[in-house]
Amino acid sequence: METGQRPVTDFPGQVIDTPGGGLLTGALDDLINWARSNSLWPLVFGTSCCAIEMMSTASAKYDWSRFGFEVARATPRQADVIIIAGTIVNKMAPVLRRLYDQMPDPKYVIAMGACATSGGPFFYNTYSVVKGADHVLPVDVYVAGCPPRPEALLHALITLQEKILKEKR
Amino acid sequence: MTKEELQVKLAEKLPELSFEEGGEWLNMYVEPEAWPFLAQTLRNDSELWFDYMFCLTCVDWKTHLTMVYHFSSTRHRHNIVVKSKLNRDNPEIETICQIWRTAEFHEREVYEMFGVNFLHHPDLRLLILPDGWEGKNPMRKDYDDPVNMIKL
Amino acid sequence: MITFKDEVAVTESGDLVINIGPQHPATHGVLHLLITINGETVKKVEPHLGYIHRSIEKMCESLSYRQFTYSTSRMDYLSAHINNHACVLGVEKGLQIEVPQRAEVIRVLMDELTRIASHVLWWGALAMDVGAITPFFHAFREREMINDLMEETCGARLTMNYMVPGGVMADLHPNFYKRVKQIIQQFKDKLDEYDELVTYNTIFINRTKNVGYLSPEDAVSWGVSGPSARASNVSCDIRKLYPYGIYDKLTFDEVLLTEGDTYARYMVRMLELRQSLSIVEQLIDNIPEGDFQAKTKAVLKLPKGEYYSRVETARGEFGVYIVSEGGTTPYRIKFRSPGYSNLSALGHMARGSKIGDLVAIMGSLDLVIPDIDR
Repeated sequence: METGQRPVTDFPGQVIDTPGGGLLTGALDDLINWARSNSLWPLVFGTSCCAIEMMSTASAKYDWSRFGFEVARATPRQADVIIIAGTIVNKMAPVLRRLYDQMPDPKYVIAMGACATSGGPFFYNTYSVVKGADHVLPVDVYVAGCPPRPEALLHALITLQEKILKEKR
Repeated sequence: MTKEELQVKLAEKLPELSFEEGGEWLNMYVEPEAWPFLAQTLRNDSELWFDYMFCLTCVDWKTHLTMVYHFSSTRHRHNIVVKSKLNRDNPEIETICQIWRTAEFHEREVYEMFGVNFLHHPDLRLLILPDGWEGKNPMRKDYDDPVNMIKL
Repeated sequence: MITFKDEVAVTESGDLVINIGPQHPATHGVLHLLITINGETVKKVEPHLGYIHRSIEKMCESLSYRQFTYSTSRMDYLSAHINNHACVLGVEKGLQIEVPQRAEVIRVLMDELTRIASHVLWWGALAMDVGAITPFFHAFREREMINDLMEETCGARLTMNYMVPGGVMADLHPNFYKRVKQIIQQFKDKLDEYDELVTYNTIFINRTKNVGYLSPEDAVSWGVSGPSARASNVSCDIRKLYPYGIYDKLTFDEVLLTEGDTYARYMVRMLELRQSLSIVEQLIDNIPEGDFQAKTKAVLKLPKGEYYSRVETARGEFGVYIVSEGGTTPYRIKFRSPGYSNLSALGHMARGSKIGDLVAIMGSLDLVIPDIDR
């Protein structure tokens, strides 16, 4: 299957109709991955300009709740994915690490924007910027842009969903 | 009041001020010891009435530091710039946060970026930099950081 | 050791010191507040900044005069055009560049549209802080129209670098007039809807009236500027006092209210929205023909000296102080940001209120934290 060609909500199993109900058969790994990818809850974490584009993605025009990111939780204990929107500086890095450690497994990370990917426009001659969020946490998906368009963030979310579908235990 | 009238009035109040030519507003240099008296005069004199301080910063000329204060008046609508030269090794000047309350945060920032000690400030500690950066003074021109700073 | 008599909070044994933020939905960015509370009453608020300090001032000392404008777009990203305007005003002051009339009109048009977009987002965010989630979606629906217009004209939705020393970067495209007229028409209908939703809502009025009072003398002493000061009857609109661009030829009112509480700060911005719409209406039919950019050299060198330029952003007075030694890069740049002084008055305003009131006061001050930390 190539990227973007297969509908993400395809149920990976078989439904057999029997009188008095039905039977569902499928591989348990596939079913768990399918359920996980369609219901990821993001953590409210935005430090600078990319947070506005993240809020635009959450609003009515480019809605992300149609992909399952319905509830944006403020507490890391109830969130699945953290979208790092904005620059990470030396003072904020321990806070970010602590938030990531407080999230329960399985957890995923999206680095949104040029600043979180590699330091962005603040790469040279700054004494306080961490040059990329992957110095602090392991990142799954990187999104380019300064700030990335809401469609780019949606594409990243779909890519993350496809990545989760292929996970093996 | 225009630039010339301000210059005349301030010269008679404090004869040891030195004025600078050019610039949009009146620029003057004051000694750090005479600064508290000048600050009180600027604020309380009814013809001057500089009650709004809109910028407080420091510039590092490599031989000395210069504090720069920008004032404005809400009553008379004139602006003025006051500068003060400080010694580079031990920069100290009196605080003005009893007169203009906005100076508290501005002076804390100048303290951590340039190392200027403000006498009688109620709470002089780091504001923007993380813990452990006391004494590093990153905005000075001789701040050395071989990892991050690229010298072209 | 000087202590201010009215500022010392007596710490009793039942007091608790808790953290709000840096990761918190109500702090509009990464602001860390240490509050000392007794029960639900706030005794002392101490802001801790620096969680988004990107050392922009140090970085700009190695950028040329054409390049350092982009960093101000990222400081106060909701009024990005106005911040860029301040930077290019400073450079033009130093080089004595004459900007063509068409470029001036385009600049002011873009400034006012940015101001409308910023106030609309502030409205949605304040309503969300106070507890109403629906206005947030309404606000973003309107903002998307302005973002689409910005994308067609300037190339970017949020961090547009459209201003260059001497004019604007590109000319207007043919659809521009039609789009702006659509925006004006839509906003006029929606502003009445906003008033119905939030302004006359009893719950909102109870949450914001008589909360967070700021007197005029305190506003001036703490350096508060912009709509937060105009709600306390301090006249400080830079567009009226020290006009730049073509503001002295436009007719608009400076909105001043006297109550000084959170509801007054809210009403000032809602009335300013209408004033900005009327400015856009005055300008859209009268854009003169001509050049959109003055001819300047490719590499700019400012003569030795100091230049200060000030503009009125959606939050207050933004100032750019350039110290130049005659080279191609500035010797020292200082950005005087409005949020820095507005935030320092928060501790004074919130003393004695409840935690819910503190959130409403922070929302009404319209803080954008990267603007404070630079």
